[in-house]
Formats: sequence, structure tokens, C-alpha cells
Amino acid sequence: MYTQAMDLIAKEAGNTTPATAEPEAYQREFDAKIDRGDFIEPKDWMPEGYRKTLIRQISQHAHSEVVGMLPEGNWITRAPTLKRKAILLAKVQDEGGHGLYLYAAAETLGVSRTELIEALLSGKAKYSSIFNYPTLTWADVGVIGWLVDGAAIMNQIPLCKCSYGPYARAMVRICKEESFHQRQGYESLLVMMREGTPEQKAMVQDAVNRWWWPALMMFGPPDSESVHSPQSMRWGIKRVSNDELRQKFVDATVPQAEVLGVTLPDPHLKWNPERGHYDFGPINWKAFWDVINGHGPCNRDRMAARRRAWEEGAWVREAAEAYAEKAKRRATTHPTAA
Amino acid sequence: MFVTELLQTTPDPAAETALTLPDYDPETQAALFRYLLRLGDSVLILGQRTSEWCGHAPVLEEEMALANFGLDLIGQARMLLTYAGALEGKGRDEDTLAFLRYEHEYRNVTMTELPNGDFARTMVRHFLFASWMVLLWARLQSSADPHLAAIAGKAVKEARYHQRHAGGWVVRLGDGTALSHDKTQAALDDLWPYTAEWFESDEDDARLAQAGIAPHPGELAAPWRETVTPTLAEAQLRMPPESPFRSHGRWGRHSEHMGHLLPEMQYLQRAYPGGKW
Ligand SMILES: [Fe+2]
Ligand SMILES: [Fe+2]
Ligand SMILES: [Fe+2]
Repeated sequence: MYTQAMDLIAKEAGNTTPATAEPEAYQREFDAKIDRGDFIEPKDWMPEGYRKTLIRQISQHAHSEVVGMLPEGNWITRAPTLKRKAILLAKVQDEGGHGLYLYAAAETLGVSRTELIEALLSGKAKYSSIFNYPTLTWADVGVIGWLVDGAAIMNQIPLCKCSYGPYARAMVRICKEESFHQRQGYESLLVMMREGTPEQKAMVQDAVNRWWWPALMMFGPPDSESVHSPQSMRWGIKRVSNDELRQKFVDATVPQAEVLGVTLPDPHLKWNPERGHYDFGPINWKAFWDVINGHGPCNRDRMAARRRAWEEGAWVREAAEAYAEKAKRRATTHPTAA
Repeated sequence: MFVTELLQTTPDPAAETALTLPDYDPETQAALFRYLLRLGDSVLILGQRTSEWCGHAPVLEEEMALANFGLDLIGQARMLLTYAGALEGKGRDEDTLAFLRYEHEYRNVTMTELPNGDFARTMVRHFLFASWMVLLWARLQSSADPHLAAIAGKAVKEARYHQRHAGGWVVRLGDGTALSHDKTQAALDDLWPYTAEWFESDEDDARLAQAGIAPHPGELAAPWRETVTPTLAEAQLRMPPESPFRSHGRWGRHSEHMGHLLPEMQYLQRAYPGGKW
């Protein structure tokens, strides 16, 4: 039912280049729009490379939202209070909603959600590797809200002004919700650090120790090694460099850690008055690439969980389609029946 | 984001406001306390089960719907248990009641604690339960107890949505493929005997019915059957035969499943005594 409808929308959206297209004229118009800072819309002509890059980026983002439901979902049934259970459930639900808007934005570029999901499950498409780390304690939930949602916001705010209209608009809504998540995560840590038992405080510090470096890696490889950045900058798909964003994140987070009363696990972290920024220690990029290449602590678990949900849900999706077919047949045989 | 922005507190919609308690005789007060646990635990435990689906639903839209179910049920549980604690007057709040009781002190109807099983079983259970709750909340809206009436006014709308959404799936799965039909029928056959408990009653029920606080459970049996029958028929499902089986969750005697659900739910409260969350 769902998937069929999606495929149709996708086919229509894919059919936007007129038969009489003169690529050069279209290219000039496209470039002019980009230069003026106008949005590119689904019906507009766009270069194939732009379309492909966007599909890759938006679908990777969508997959990240959906896979990202798993680490925190791991704690919903064990949340310590009913209020925290409700907050966490609503947060994880928001992430699913982000997945939905983003899949819808990708579909305007002529792919279907099913194709995208299959690319994820076959291992062809990637998702953010931050979700390949385990949530070992309840404090991980708060720290993910604070640092992971925080880093996501840093990454995504520039995308609210990206050149592709549907993506930019999805990002506006998503960023609003992500900052809500960040605040809730931070607040839950504050309660534990200010009013909690020594055991709870130790739990928070341990979670910070484990998530700090992976959070810094969320901004991607250093600018010197980033493959797609220059072209994406030109297209307005990416507007601020990985290293700039990372620095901005560190600068914003250090004072937050002080207020919280936790230590960030980096002996080199120090204010540099000349640069007007915090200096921080070297990032272990080998660890980063290991996780991206499938060797993180939870890569196998995350993919297995997504595959299981998809495979075990197949009979449900088939039943829904079969029912929709029958309903359609009934409507045509008895057109007057309600 | 700046620290100051991060420190802005977000209001908690379910946070308790000071309750003015109705003036009941001790027996009525105790009976209402137990009744609130029966209701509150039922929605709490079903909410707990429903939230187990998170990340595992057959389509993303159903992730959202199941999370909605869970959120509504947990919200209802918070209101009911908060009121129960206030009425009891021993300083127990929603969390003390939700997380720090022994198994036999939970009063949820047994069906809510059964494992989710597959998607058909989850939706059949939700449909049967929500159909009952729609009738119950509708009656409780005119309860002589003002707090319970107010909770019912909010909950009845949520239960209607649950009934409609889960009922839609019962029909789609029951009348979908041969495989989905068989799974749905098996779920219905399996769950049906657990509905009998909902309509049984004891002295508490009689007392609350007498006081106009809650309907007599038995009064809902026929209307409930009438509500679910058309949907089950549309779904091409056979109504299961009556069974002498009885469950007793409302009396604190649970299935074996409850002893696995509780330690998971209570883990942090038990492992970090005195913690602040
Ligand atoms: Fe998100
Ligand atoms: Fe995100
Ligand atoms: Fe988020």
C-alpha cells in the first residue's frame, strides 16, 4: 500500500526534463539560480551529478535517523521514570518522523523509499556511524541528546539554507526538533549531576568519556581529506567545512560541560586566546574509518535489527497491498457501495 | 547552542497540579485507590509492551503509530497513578507506584502483560483493548469523581484513535493474504479468553458502581461485543468460542510473563536506590 504509492510519486517526479531539453541553456539557468541563492525545486532541471549527490546525502541522512532510533530505543523499556519514558519515546518517534520527511524529500528526486531502504539493507548505502556505538547505561541517552543531537544541529543548521528546496524545508523542521532533543538530554544530565547519587554522577562521566570523540567525528574527515566538499559547496548542498563546524561544536560544548560538572576526556583541550578558539587533541581517524567500514562495536547489530524488522514486516506490507487491491476491485464492481 | 539556551527548562504537561481530594468514606476511598491501580496499571503495562516495538515495526508509519499508542497510554498511566497516590495519602507518586511495587501489587488486566508476538497479535490485542476502553472511558466521563471524569475526558479521544487505527489493521490483515488471515485468526483465538476478566467484578466494583464513580464491569460486556463484532466480521475473522479459562490480573495474580516484564521496567529504580532522574 505505502510502497506502491511511493513508487508512483517517484516516477512522476523523475520525469521533469522536457524532451526538447537543451542541456547548456538548462545548465546556465541552474547555475544562475545557484548563484542567486534561489532554491532548486523538484520540477526544475538539474545536473545528474547534483541529483545523485543529493539522493546520496538525503537518503544517508534519512537512514541515519531511522537507524538512530535503535541505540536510544534500547532504553525505552528501562527508562527510570514515567516522565523520562515519555520524553524518550517522543524523541525516538521524532527521529522516525525525521526519517519520513527525509525519505519524502529524496523521493522528489526520482527514487522510491523501498529502493532506498533496500540499498541500506544491502550495505550499499551508509548511515551516520555514530549509531554504531552502544548505549551501555541510561546516561548514554542524555549524553546522546546533548552531544549527538548537538553535533547534528551544528551540522544541519547550514543545510536549512541549502540549494534544494525540499531538503532545506525538511531541515528547518528537523533542526527545531533536534534542539528540543538537545535541551532535554542536557536537562536530564543536569538533574543527575546536581541532585543524583555518586553512582549516577559516575554513570554520566563514563558516558561522556565514551561519546565525546565519536561526537567530534560526526563532522566527518578533516577538510584536507574530504572528497565531496568542494563540489558540494559550489552547489550549496554543503555550506560550512567539516573542520569549521567541528571547531564551532567544541567551542560551544566546553562551557556546557563546565556547567554540567563533567570532564571532557581530552588532556589537550585548552582555550587558545590567539585563535579565539579551544584547541583540542588529535582525532583517531583510524578508529573513525574502522567504524565506517563496518568494524564498529554495533554495525552488525544495527543492520541485523533493521533487516529483521524489514523481513519480518514483509507479510504485513504484502497483506496491506492485497487488501488495498481487493478494496479497489470491490469499489469498481459495486461502484455505489460506500 | 549556548549554555543559557540549553538551561531553559521545558514544562512537563503531565506534571501534577495540587489535587483537591473528594471527601470519601474510608472504604470508598480504598476501593477507588484499587480501581485507579487497575486502570492505571493496565494502561501502563500495555504502554510498556507497545514501546517494545520501537525500531522494529514493519513500516516507518507504524513506528510512529505504535509510539503514539505508547505515549498516550503512558500519559494516561501518569495521571491515574498520580491520582491514586494522592488519594492513598502515603506519599507515593506516579513513579513509586509504577516502579517500586511487587508483582502481586500490580492490578493490570492480564492481557496487557502478554508478549507482543507478531504485528497481527499486537494489533488484535490493541483493538480489543481500545474498544473496551472507549466504552469504559465514555462512562467514566460522567463519573461522580471529578478527577476520574477529567482523565476520562482526555483518554476517551485517545482510545477512539487507537481503536480506529488498530481496527483498520485487523481488517487489512484479516482480509489481506491467506498468511495474514491465519496469523490474525490465531491471534484472536489466543487472546479472546483473556477478555472475560474485563467483565468480572468484586466488592470494590459494586461499591464504586453504587457511588456512581465507575460503571459495573459486567454492564460493558454486551456493548463491547457489539462494538467489536462488525470489525471482526469485516476482517473475515471467526468469533472464538466461549472458554472456561479465566485470567486474574485485576486481582494481582499474573501470568508468568509479568515476572519478566517488571525487572526490565524497574531496573534503574532498583539498581540506583535514591537516584534522581
Ligand atoms: Fe533526528
Ligand atoms: Fe538528524
Ligand atoms: Fe534528535
